[in-house]
Amino acid sequence: MTANEKKELQIAACKVRMGVIQSTHAAKAGHPGGSLSAADLFAYLYCRQLNVDPADPRKQDRDRFVLSKGHCAPGLYSALALRGFFPWEDLKTLRHIGSYLQGHPDMKSIPGVDMSTGSLGQGISAACGMALAAKKQNNPCRVYALLGDGEIQEGQVWEAMMFAHHYALDNLCAVIDNNGLQIDGPVDQVMSPYPILDKLRAFGWEAVEIDGHDFDQMEAAFAQAGTVKDRPFAIVMKTTKGKGVSFMENQAGWHGKAPNDEQAEAALGELGAVLAGLEAV
Amino acid sequence: MADTKKIATRQGYGEALRELGAAHDNVIVFDADLAGSTQTAMFAKAYPQRHINCGIAEGNMMAAAAGAAAMGMVAFASSFAMFAAGRAFEQVRNSIGYPRLNVKIGASHGGISVGEDGASHQCLEDFALMRSIPGMVVMSPADAVEAKAMVRAAYERQGPVYMRFGRSPVPVFHDEETFRFEIGKGEVMREGTDIAIIANGLLVAEAVEAGRLLAEQGVSARIINMATIKPLDEELVLKAARECGKIVTCEEHSVIGGLGEAVCSLLSETLPTPVKRIGTPDVFGHSGPAAALLEEFGLCAANIAQVAQAFAKG
Repeated sequence: MTANEKKELQIAACKVRMGVIQSTHAAKAGHPGGSLSAADLFAYLYCRQLNVDPADPRKQDRDRFVLSKGHCAPGLYSALALRGFFPWEDLKTLRHIGSYLQGHPDMKSIPGVDMSTGSLGQGISAACGMALAAKKQNNPCRVYALLGDGEIQEGQVWEAMMFAHHYALDNLCAVIDNNGLQIDGPVDQVMSPYPILDKLRAFGWEAVEIDGHDFDQMEAAFAQAGTVKDRPFAIVMKTTKGKGVSFMENQAGWHGKAPNDEQAEAALGELGAVLAGLEAV
Repeated sequence: MADTKKIATRQGYGEALRELGAAHDNVIVFDADLAGSTQTAMFAKAYPQRHINCGIAEGNMMAAAAGAAAMGMVAFASSFAMFAAGRAFEQVRNSIGYPRLNVKIGASHGGISVGEDGASHQCLEDFALMRSIPGMVVMSPADAVEAKAMVRAAYERQGPVYMRFGRSPVPVFHDEETFRFEIGKGEVMREGTDIAIIANGLLVAEAVEAGRLLAEQGVSARIINMATIKPLDEELVLKAARECGKIVTCEEHSVIGGLGEAVCSLLSETLPTPVKRIGTPDVFGHSGPAAALLEEFGLCAANIAQVAQAFAKG
């Protein structure tokens, strides 16, 4: 990755974060915390990793992305808008009556959304079914799923993990956003999912841990995912919930709360300064 | 119908899947460690690469089937009715129903006639649960021939479908050569004018027999096989209400939320008509031979005839 490519990714991630703030502010609801922790991943996937085409969002051999932690829709929608699947201005209609940008991803109404999600634990199963079907269809696409670290408390996730290994789904890559916080507090206080890597490996997955805000590590992990044969691949990314907005960072309270006018202005001010700095170089 | 051949509707499901597998490459079948019971084993033997055993994990199975459907395959997902409609309800609602994905749920061992396994396995709530999901087609065939035709129709239809099949062998009274099945269309098994009996599943054969008993007693009963509970054949129900004046519904299901309530909802809002619902009351079942349980809960020709006669004359 060249320095310029990395800067472009940083700019994209910053814009995704601004989209998260703008859309949740306009909606007066939504989930900024986990959208921000995964913003770098959303930017990386949609600007660098996924074989998708906004001009043909349903093309059969496209890579699939399933947002298993569906509540982080603001982050996904911002990345989709940035990539050109729909107008950026529409982000401000998030959760509004009449808008196609539903509170949680709706594959029926939103260009670029491959699976309807929102009920935790189900998206990874759907991703397994997609990866399996792709093999039956000789479809070269790859399937990616993003899970939350609280989400993996759902038993169904581990049913899916067993399934993916049993059927040797080497075209499946799961990313777990380990930001450490869920609605009621730190994940290890609510119901510890740790050790995550050991669990994944015990379930037969190849698994690595990375810094989820480091594009070099992200690139290395996805490159490794593409080389693994006969088993699924998981990336546990250590992240900061609320990353990029100082007063939201590491605050469980920002899991599912929208910024008010002053908070949105402050957040956009911070992000705008970062963006200006990046674009000035 | 004592001399009629008896076959379980689940067997019709298994045979139809095998035939669909031969005709269409895009059919994929999911099961949850019950392939021998749900009869998807027939498909598994013929097309092992397209039969996906998920183990005892129905929630994952339903959402995985949804994923396969999202890739353009026609996914059939099977378990016992209790686990397909009950345990995996929320996966069916959110991962199949809400995105209107092309998944066909083949649920076997529905109803009290599961028998000896007892209440934990006797699903009497699946029609109610599945009816409540927007866009879900809900069906229960009366015999193995109708089951096969229903599975073919489900394949042809775009979108989610729930089909309930039974464990016990039931009389085959449809002719495979001539029978035509259409989703959402009821079938008049016997004409009549004093009362209409609307049944589905294994109670259709019992209702037909009840019609014969009633005729002997001078009551002209119209017998209708309502294999599709949703969307309901409203035209046929209203016609029966208009021409017969009273309706009895029969189903191997709780009187709460099934065919009976679907008929009552339609009639109360459109053409208020007296209705009596035969089904299991608001209680759990228990262990016992299927025939004994059906008789105990009044899900038999003798009771249907008795209820209908008293109702017709009342």
